[in-house]
Amino acid sequence: MLKVDELHNGVVIDHITAGTGLALYHMLELEKLHDATVALLQNVRSQKTGKKDIIKIEGDVSGLNFDVLGYLDPQITISCIEDGRIVRKIRPDLPKQLVNVIKCTNPRCITAIEEGCDHIFALTPSGRYRCIYCEEEFRVKP
Amino acid sequence: MRHLIDPLDFTMEETIRLMDLADRISQDPAAYQDVAARKKLATLFYEPSTRTRLSFEAAMLNLGGKVLGFPDAGVSSATKGETVADTIRVVSCFADIAAMRHPKEGAPLRAARYSRIPVINAGDGGHSHPTQTLLDMMTIRNRKGRLDHLTIGFCGDLKFGRTVHSLIKSLARCEGMKFVLISPEELRVPDYIIHEILEPKGLEYQETRSLEQAMPDLDILYMTRVQRERFFNEEDYVRLKNSYILTEAKMALAHPDMAVLHPLPRVNEITLDVDEDPRAAYFEQVQNGVYMRMALIMTLLGLKDPKTGEVAFKC
Repeated sequence: MLKVDELHNGVVIDHITAGTGLALYHMLELEKLHDATVALLQNVRSQKTGKKDIIKIEGDVSGLNFDVLGYLDPQITISCIEDGRIVRKIRPDLPKQLVNVIKCTNPRCITAIEEGCDHIFALTPSGRYRCIYCEEEFRVKP
Repeated sequence: MRHLIDPLDFTMEETIRLMDLADRISQDPAAYQDVAARKKLATLFYEPSTRTRLSFEAAMLNLGGKVLGFPDAGVSSATKGETVADTIRVVSCFADIAAMRHPKEGAPLRAARYSRIPVINAGDGGHSHPTQTLLDMMTIRNRKGRLDHLTIGFCGDLKFGRTVHSLIKSLARCEGMKFVLISPEELRVPDYIIHEILEPKGLEYQETRSLEQAMPDLDILYMTRVQRERFFNEEDYVRLKNSYILTEAKMALAHPDMAVLHPLPRVNEITLDVDEDPRAAYFEQVQNGVYMRMALIMTLLGLKDPKTGEVAFKC
């Protein structure tokens, strides 16, 4: 199996549904992390799910917004690494509202044309996020 | 201050009170002719509409109020790039209440977040049309004498038909309703209507392609037009526009007391011979719409019913 170096300081985002790691990479805007080393591993063997994706980030991740992860993939775990050891594991909660974290892609939505309009998604009782304006459900596209 | 943006913004109890007020208005419209004197309604119509705009204007005029506004985005500051948020802040300085129609979904909600006056959603794209829902419910109650234990068929464009989505959401709060969803595969009701509204409430529903098969079971048939303006592709529109046409011959399959509703305008989905059938209730809906909008304007403005001396409910 492909080997990626152990982390010294950073985070491991594990148990990502196979095939959605790249979408998640963009969602978290990891391409903007100029001082961190980022590895995206796709289709890693998993005992639980057969295969999964993993993202490893070595470096400062304090600017990242992990709010969205819980929705994108409820099974995701985030391990924070300091001095080569896991110091805590985070299972992301589902926030009631996501403001300007994800964007509504419905071309018929007011957010598509209105300047200065925040993209606000609210958590529904069924655990889905819907744009508060057009009620379009947010879906992660692999 | 309250707005009407979504059909579920009012509780079922509030909706019933509003229908009761609309019924009282329908029985004696003259008693309400000065209720909103010196009040102004702004009609902000970014998309052309004959029925809804005139209905709102007639409602306000019937209450003794005045009306200002624009009938089309082309004659508004929207052409200069003004945002909905700015427009409503400006209009709040001129009027006491606003009715907004907009082709973009969620525009009235956006307006409500910045408004100092009550905002009524008069239709936002393919999303929602709560005043149509209120008048539909009023018509159903008047025709059937109740709003429970009815089998209601929705036919035609159930995907983009905002009146359908709004009415299903509202009727799902009533006891014992059954829904028959009649549409071509491409115009099926959105999944969220089924998975988040009908299924969680354990409501009975059936999806079918055949209007003829569904007809004998229905208490209400809600016909819809396949709307050219909702399609990005003209080819799809042409292929689907004649999917269902209700004729007097098909009406023979229905209960003698079934009611046919349609939000109008119709194109060819109901043939003219059906108009003479006493089960055709679509022009009654238009009349009820004026009474219901009068009731709504009164209630959102906190105006008392001269018959009872009370507001329908506090806003």
